[in-house]
Amino acid sequence: MSSLELISLAAGYGPRPILRDVSLSVAGGEVLALAGPNGAGKSTLIRVISGVLPATAGQARLDGADLLRLPAGQRARRVAVVPQMIHLPDAYTVGEIVLMGRSPHLGLWSGESRHDCEVAWGAMRATHVEELSERRVGELSGGEQQRVVLARALAQEPQVLLLDEPTAHLDLKHQVGVLELVRGLAQERNLIVLMTLHDLNQAALYADRVALLQQGQIVAQGSANDVFRSELLSRVYGVPVTVSRHPLRDVPVVLPDGK
Amino acid sequence: MSEAITNPVPAAARTEVIDRADRLRPSPRRGLGLAAATVAALLVAALLAVVIGSVAIPPGAVLALVLERLTGLRSAVAYPPAYATILFDIRLPRVTLMALTGAALAAAGASYQGLFRNPLADPYLVGVAAGAGLGATLALVFNLPSTFVGLSAVPISAFVGALLTVGLVVLSARVGGSMPISTTLLAGVAIGSFASAFTTFIMLRSPDGLRRSFNWMLGGYAGGGWDPVLIILPYLVVGMAAVQLNARALNVLQLDEEQARQLGINVDRVKLVLVVAATLMTAAVVAFGGLIGFVGLIVPHSLRLLGGPDYRRLIPLSAIGGAAFLILADLVARTVVAPQELPVGVVTAIAGAPFFVFLLRRLKRSVF
Repeated sequence: MSSLELISLAAGYGPRPILRDVSLSVAGGEVLALAGPNGAGKSTLIRVISGVLPATAGQARLDGADLLRLPAGQRARRVAVVPQMIHLPDAYTVGEIVLMGRSPHLGLWSGESRHDCEVAWGAMRATHVEELSERRVGELSGGEQQRVVLARALAQEPQVLLLDEPTAHLDLKHQVGVLELVRGLAQERNLIVLMTLHDLNQAALYADRVALLQQGQIVAQGSANDVFRSELLSRVYGVPVTVSRHPLRDVPVVLPDGK
Repeated sequence: MSEAITNPVPAAARTEVIDRADRLRPSPRRGLGLAAATVAALLVAALLAVVIGSVAIPPGAVLALVLERLTGLRSAVAYPPAYATILFDIRLPRVTLMALTGAALAAAGASYQGLFRNPLADPYLVGVAAGAGLGATLALVFNLPSTFVGLSAVPISAFVGALLTVGLVVLSARVGGSMPISTTLLAGVAIGSFASAFTTFIMLRSPDGLRRSFNWMLGGYAGGGWDPVLIILPYLVVGMAAVQLNARALNVLQLDEEQARQLGINVDRVKLVLVVAATLMTAAVVAFGGLIGFVGLIVPHSLRLLGGPDYRRLIPLSAIGGAAFLILADLVARTVVAPQELPVGVVTAIAGAPFFVFLLRRLKRSVF
């Protein structure tokens, strides 16, 4: 059973530390939500694990290898990212974008094989964009683009899937849609999933565990039932909140107290 | 939502799924029509350009003479001996030089546009052309010895000017270990403007050199037989190979640099290889052909409109299309006001701009 182990990870832009002593572990098939106020370091953590921002200390171990010390190509075969701001070049088709996910598996001289196309097609089926394959991405809605990028990430055949605010800019139906999709994919493909989420109630509903970050450090981690305590959340977010129960599910619901 | 994922694919539909998956692959057949059309355009342009001129050589004679030269056999018809001289010493070298120049400018233009993710990027933007112009003007105005190891001073000096400028741009644009797009473009524009201004200053101080360097800048053909072709060819072969090998990475780079890194692309290496390769090609051809504008812009964009953005197809198509376009432009340049010649850069702009606007209007969708 593979798992991702972050061990005392630290990182920062210049001399300013953004992440300090971050340690956590996520198993295959498990979804971990990264929560915390703006600037707590959630997105920075995603960037460090995906290798675009160097860590200043610590390790990210997957199957005995430190992801942070792998060459970019090898890391991209293990870790895929769905970024928050999705920039897709308008003129490319959905099929072309998803095939780019095979990039880490291709050599300098090779083109996509039949196998690569089948993997990409399977990824497109999994995120329900196969009917869009000939469409230009510039013509798609935000929700469709999100699923195209998710398909591209799956085409990498990663063990670790990182998502940065996957529900931002989506309406409620599409928010629920993408979260359920991710949840299902984690189980089916035994993916290790880390996603940043602003919405604590979504984290409670769709993540197996939650890690709460404040000023670059993990202040609590565990099930939403354990982590979402009103005095802790009120302190971390700096605003009074009440934790109640979801009327239909066995999960907490977080509500600002209001005035 | 998860229903569709777990639904097993019915056996009958299985082959269909595989067929559809296979369609994702950029098949050699896709775009074959466009490739055939560009190659045909190139052949027709080349034939027209060797046939037409102050002495018209019939197409039959061209074919016979070329076959004769290639196979060593004597043709049954005896053509005037002047035909062979005009064909092999004047027209063919000129057509070949134009083909190589057009191919290099268009392929380099496509690369720069992809590299800088900027549809306006062309060999001019990174200062190559301005540097070459400065080098050539210095050679013309100061009457450097006309030959240097058997080569005329102007192209050599232009080549050195182009390389120095781009070296300076790359050095100024480096931030830490990487070369951000924005600083590269800004450095290119700044250093290019400096070189252009300096060129203008020198030209104005020397009325004598003004006309000649102006003519060179607009792409006046300087002659020289096969020598320029042989000098340019290695740069072109190496440059094209390097660009083509990085074409898939260039596609991924269109996402943005962070996503490209997350997809395993060594972004800094790809950018460096592409800048160097495209610049070498440009510098080599600009040195002999002068500053021929617009080819690097309209040829790749026209082919993008017709054949899609995939750089693996776009770069070779641009090279062939650029060759055809410049051969035709040069044909017009030397015939339209014969016996005088127009600089070919004038023709590329006058003919190219309206055609490009027409294409843009015709296919109203984003190209890039």
